[in-house]
Amino acid sequence: MNSITEEILKEITDWDGIFSGAYSLRENGECISFQNSDNIRIVKKEDKSGIDIYISSAAKETVYIPACVTKSAVEDVVYNDFHVQSGADVVIVAGCGVHTDAEEGSAHNGIHRFFLEKDSRVVYKEKHVGIGNGAGKRVIDPVTYAELEENSVLEMETLQLHGVDRTTRDTKAVLGRGAKLKIHESILTDKDQSASTKFLVDLNGDDSSVDLVSRSVAKDDSVQEYSSVINGNVRCTGHSECDAILAGNGRVNASPALNAACIDASLIHEAAIGKIAGEQIIKLMTLGLTEEEAEEKIIAGFLGA
Amino acid sequence: MLSLRDIKLDLETKENLLNGVSLDIMPGKLTVITGPNGGGKTSLAKLIAGLYVPTSGQILLDGEDISHMSVTDRAKRGIAYAFQQPVAFKGITVRNLMEMASGTEMHESALCRILDRVGLCAREYMDRDMDSRLSGGEMKRIEIATVLARPAKYLLFDEPEAGIDLWSFSSLISAFEDLKKDEDRALLIISHQERILNIADNVAVIREGVITQYGTKDEVLPNLMQGGGCSPKGKEMY
Repeated sequence: MNSITEEILKEITDWDGIFSGAYSLRENGECISFQNSDNIRIVKKEDKSGIDIYISSAAKETVYIPACVTKSAVEDVVYNDFHVQSGADVVIVAGCGVHTDAEEGSAHNGIHRFFLEKDSRVVYKEKHVGIGNGAGKRVIDPVTYAELEENSVLEMETLQLHGVDRTTRDTKAVLGRGAKLKIHESILTDKDQSASTKFLVDLNGDDSSVDLVSRSVAKDDSVQEYSSVINGNVRCTGHSECDAILAGNGRVNASPALNAACIDASLIHEAAIGKIAGEQIIKLMTLGLTEEEAEEKIIAGFLGA
Repeated sequence: MLSLRDIKLDLETKENLLNGVSLDIMPGKLTVITGPNGGGKTSLAKLIAGLYVPTSGQILLDGEDISHMSVTDRAKRGIAYAFQQPVAFKGITVRNLMEMASGTEMHESALCRILDRVGLCAREYMDRDMDSRLSGGEMKRIEIATVLARPAKYLLFDEPEAGIDLWSFSSLISAFEDLKKDEDRALLIISHQERILNIADNVAVIREGVITQYGTKDEVLPNLMQGGGCSPKGKEMY
């Protein structure tokens, strides 16, 4: 593992020199180290780059799947499939960092599929960062597909705070009876960065539910696009909320859609885009913060950073 | 001492909001400013906190002219201000806000001590966001608590009774009475409520941008008691 990988790991995970339990560490397009646990087995794919992660019913633990790109001119594409057996209850810490100090950029595209069996539960944490001083673009384009069987629960917490020049995020999920999907996505862009995020959720099982919260901050000349489609095909509940803060010349386009195809589908959408309210800054200034400190606190709180 | 010297305030939207106001706010005393709506009470509080800059006149904080000082610098010099309308923040918890107010990390016991004074249980509220999922009354009480948490010498409360239930209001009166015992701190409360006026040391009546009456509670209150409607929190003076 090189020193840049160490730097990235510290930022995107709680790594302190060692991963206890199951993990797979990817560096510049190759798995450089992995470890199984009693309940989690990691198997390298034969036909393409990536791994299958088999999580047994007895698993009640955290598994780490970080990916690091530490140099320019890397185009990494990885296919990771998570097979979560009935009754398992795990935390998956993924995340990716792309570093370049050169004129040429680098990219990491993680294509993750989740198959959650009945009554399983997964918390998925993903943090994306870009670092280094080169002019090359740092690109991260994650694709996520999730199938949730009866009464399974998937919570996704995704965070992109700095340094990623371009990102296109594509998330799809299909929910069975009683399944629950909770997504909290936070994206900050600045300079001339751009971010596009798309969600498509099919609520196909009675009493399934989705709670989709997206928070974005677009500073300087950056641009963000958000689109979500929630299809309520049965008796279900869906809630989506996309809030954005604009600063400088930042732009945000939001296109939420709700499609109810059943009389008992209950779908709600909330959206708010605008600059930081002046009264919020003033309130924090009356507590002794400067205007800049107040803005930082408001944005950090908003993004859950 | 916080002294206002012949303060005049014009805004783009309205002239003569304040028209020659002079007032001394002394540590160890509770001063209540009352008067009809639109008379200039909130403008006065905002002016002291630095949200407005006086058109003319001076604001002296322990002898230092702070008339043109920023909101932040006034806060750092010991002025705390509870807004009439609490501000909502998505993603900022009650604990975050209280810690920003106190300037230190706060353990649950410290949060309990402050929030209990406004009738809230810290354990129930500290990790909740200060946003619209809280009721108006809950937000108002947290707003007041942010000022109680500040290590400030001059505490300003703009209509603290508004939106607060009866039980919490009684608890708030007790909190103000406790604060009054601190000889180093000055309280300035904008209020219409008889029960708040009753615990005042000094009362100023402001009407059409001018202080029309000022004196001890015993001097001013009898003149005000002749009107007003009754409410469980006490008479509405205006």
